[in-house]
Amino acid sequence: MSRVLGRIFVASLARRRLATALSLVAIALGVALGLAVQIIHGAALDEFGRGMRLLSGEADLQVSGAREGFDDALYGRLAMRDEVADASPIVELEVRLPGHERSLRILGVDALRVAHVHPALMPRVAEASRDDDGALAALQPDTLFLSAAAQAELGVAPGDRLDVLAGTRVASLRVAGSVPGAGQGRALAVMDIAAAQQLFGRSGRITRIDLRLKAGVDVAAARSALAAGLPAGVEVLTPRAAEQLAAGLSRAYRVNLTMLAAIALVTGGFLVFSTQFLAVARRRQEFAFLRALGLDRGTLMRGLLVEGAVVGFAGGVLGVALGHGFAAIAFDVAGGDLGAGYFRGVTPALRVDLPASGTYLLLGVLAGVAGAWLPAREARRMLPARALKSGDEARMFQFRPQPRRAAACLGGAVALCLLPPLGGVPVFGYLAVALILVGAVLILPMLVRGATRIAPRHRQALWRLAGARLAAAPGQAVVAGAGVVASVALAVAMAIMVASFRDSVDRWLTAVLPADLYVSASPQGTSGVLDPGALQRIAALPGVTRTMPVRFDTLRLDDRHLPVSLIARPLDGGRLLPLVGQSVPPPAGERPAWVSEALADLFALGVGGRLVLPLGGQPVAFRVAGVWRDYARQQGAVAIELADYRAATGDLAANDVGVFLAHGASFEEIAAAVRGILGENTVRIASPGEIRAQSLAIFDRTFLVTYLMEAVAVLIGLFGVSTSFAVLAIARRKEFGVLRHLGMTRPEVGRLITLEGVLTAAAGTTLGLVAGTAVAFVLIEVVNRQSFHWSMDLQVPFGGLLAFAGAVIVLAGLAARVSGFQAMRGSAVLAVREDW
Amino acid sequence: MFEIDDLKKGFGSAGTSVLFAGLSLRVQRGECVAIMGESGVGKSTLLNCMAGLESVDGGSIRLDGTELVGLGDEALAGLRRHRFGFVFQAFHILPHLDVAQNVALPLWLLDADDARADRCARAMLERVGLLDRAGDWPRELSGGELQRVAIARALVHRPSLVLADEPTGNLDPGRAAGVLDLLLECIRDAGAMGILVTHSRTAALRADRILRLSPGGLLPEAVST
Repeated sequence: MSRVLGRIFVASLARRRLATALSLVAIALGVALGLAVQIIHGAALDEFGRGMRLLSGEADLQVSGAREGFDDALYGRLAMRDEVADASPIVELEVRLPGHERSLRILGVDALRVAHVHPALMPRVAEASRDDDGALAALQPDTLFLSAAAQAELGVAPGDRLDVLAGTRVASLRVAGSVPGAGQGRALAVMDIAAAQQLFGRSGRITRIDLRLKAGVDVAAARSALAAGLPAGVEVLTPRAAEQLAAGLSRAYRVNLTMLAAIALVTGGFLVFSTQFLAVARRRQEFAFLRALGLDRGTLMRGLLVEGAVVGFAGGVLGVALGHGFAAIAFDVAGGDLGAGYFRGVTPALRVDLPASGTYLLLGVLAGVAGAWLPAREARRMLPARALKSGDEARMFQFRPQPRRAAACLGGAVALCLLPPLGGVPVFGYLAVALILVGAVLILPMLVRGATRIAPRHRQALWRLAGARLAAAPGQAVVAGAGVVASVALAVAMAIMVASFRDSVDRWLTAVLPADLYVSASPQGTSGVLDPGALQRIAALPGVTRTMPVRFDTLRLDDRHLPVSLIARPLDGGRLLPLVGQSVPPPAGERPAWVSEALADLFALGVGGRLVLPLGGQPVAFRVAGVWRDYARQQGAVAIELADYRAATGDLAANDVGVFLAHGASFEEIAAAVRGILGENTVRIASPGEIRAQSLAIFDRTFLVTYLMEAVAVLIGLFGVSTSFAVLAIARRKEFGVLRHLGMTRPEVGRLITLEGVLTAAAGTTLGLVAGTAVAFVLIEVVNRQSFHWSMDLQVPFGGLLAFAGAVIVLAGLAARVSGFQAMRGSAVLAVREDW
Repeated sequence: MFEIDDLKKGFGSAGTSVLFAGLSLRVQRGECVAIMGESGVGKSTLLNCMAGLESVDGGSIRLDGTELVGLGDEALAGLRRHRFGFVFQAFHILPHLDVAQNVALPLWLLDADDARADRCARAMLERVGLLDRAGDWPRELSGGELQRVAIARALVHRPSLVLADEPTGNLDPGRAAGVLDLLLECIRDAGAMGILVTHSRTAALRADRILRLSPGGLLPEAVST
């Protein structure tokens, strides 16, 4: 029987090379995209995890708090605990470098403790420095040690000096050696903790304490015991939990990209369905003959499934190779997070991921088998006596309308949208998207049949023929148009979602940037600050009407979530925030706080709820006065009045300041005056327009990969039209031969094929537009909401969508025309002579 | 009148081998001619040359005074649309058109309006005895019925010349006789000309004349019953 499978079924793939090749390429692209995303994120996550493990060293527990740190007296208390064998305090800073766009991570470590807990962070004194200071170089206040990657990126070597920004002051540090344990590709610096505290204004404060427990101490029990005595806003976590929390931040983004790749693979499966279905229609008499000779139904079905599996396997193998190639290119072009910024600073290396490759190869085979399933079942059900009759294949294209199934799919999609996420992943939202696509494909034959009924009767023979064909064989539209529906729906959904998102981000930026000029001492989360004196001098500049200092910090609210962002600035009772709904003032005597949508979702907070923030080492109670949109901080953010922050902490510094200019004051003159106060290259000065443009550029870069994946999905959809019409044109050679006999010219037959392609694509595109809008709604209201916890206003780019729809229809017509060319090249005489 | 003079057709890569040469034929209105010959002698090729579907290497083909040799593809297609009818051995009824639509197809190609196309198609279906099957799909018809639909399609637009290639080759002898009689009767009634290529002497005998195709040309066949 295997000989039958080989000679009759698999060998047929070679006879229809074009269709087989396009199906194979479609599956290969789907596999390649999915695998590339997997490889890139897998490598980035591994590297990210390695980095975190390097920083946590041999610690069993990590004690951490706000970005600004906590009282270092806690170190002494914890080090004395019975459970603790070794404790290592750390000041972790992201320091700006004057004249550089990038910042440098500096770890202030206790040179005497670091070897016990973080051996990888042990600095090695360079020979040159050893001559001057001996081994004590590590304790010198003006020295630091750079990892090999940092030395290479900054172009400095041991013995050189490196300028860093401490507040708004430039400090020159001597590079005294390296950090050999940091490994390749990890840019960081190590210096003495006391020196770091003094230099960067963190006296008496540390950001982390890593603990190594005594042998035999239960980690969970120790964690509970230690947690009980920690001040507000300081939590104790295992390094593994900390790593999982950090990696979890990018999970929604990774899942989203994987889902996009999966849809590309599903579209590839549709293509296999189209080509297999058409092949089965064309070979119907051959199968009937084989059945008459004694081939059983099971073998027939198995043979067709094997054909699908072979295409899937070959596409999978090609896809695995392409996937590694795509990943290599993506590492170079977009980095380990594909431009989204989740793994900034991580430089993963390409490696062959065998388990992922095997999984995606299997998915390719499954896509091939799934695509072949319905055609194989159709062949299995075929009645040989009837199928031997010429014209019986038309029965296959009738496709009985299935309104109940279509309604069930769409109803199911609505129901799934109401379900909560599973483990933070909007699984049901994605299932709803899949059901909408299946429902749309089921509606396609009904749409085609309905359209041909209500369409005005056309006198031209081409329109009559095309209309009659689509009305009698709506299955042809399904076979050729299913891929178009799926890919157009995906592209439309993404276009609407991205347009809505971009428009909402644009309006959000306008709302959060009310000032005329921004002075930032800590761009990209670095640790620079503007002291009160500098703030006063900026406020006193001629041409400045008022200033709006902003203080940023991160706060740990519990040990189950990542630290949330704190934004303290004048908020005018919430009026300066992009609120979702109304701001409700708290009762007299209570402090208001406005939480971002993410914070509200993650911590189940609503307006009027009570929120305790650890400020200045003390729990401070706030009342939630409103919820605001924040597209910058996925882990959640809380905004409070600057006055409340200062009263609670006594901290009068700011990270940024917004400057409002008097009418007629010059931006350039005020910017120059600010530089005169703070010095060149110590702060970043920008207009709201510049910040807006930069932010939108980052937004567009983040979605670049999405656009590429969309383009691939549409390309696969067009492959579907092309393949289907190529196969249909070959299958209909007799029909075209008859038409040529009856007086149609070759170009007229070409126009007929083009017209059918255009009508099919128009039906598919129309349905794709409607389904895509529904999918966009699910993406915006369910998937985004559950993944990233932010809302957005629906914005439909009508002009762009219509242009896109028109382009797809034209391209589909061209694809059909080009594919049909082969059929028209043949002699009309030969075409009708096949039976003679 | 349909006239062929000194027709030559070669085959092979350069057309160097002669399939037939010096071939001449005259067919009058209302006349049906049967062409017989051995397999491979070029009967179907000759039929296709008559329809302008295959090029010739010399000679002349005229339909009602219009010279076909040398006409372009578009002009030949136009001529076929208006003045030719075809009947094939394998029927070639389009499966996605119903019976009436299949018959109306030549009128569609002539841009006839729906009402006229439908009226003419039904009249032809009545003529071939299939009016009650007008709305049926081709797969619901028997072989004999399908060939009667093909005859209706070949004559619905009142062509000058009907070319039939083995029109009864797929039918059993009993049914074949009836179908052939119908075809010839319709051609004669319409005042058209008919050229029938066949292997079947029984079928050929129903024509007005029988010619035998050989490399030397078309020779009259002695009719003995």
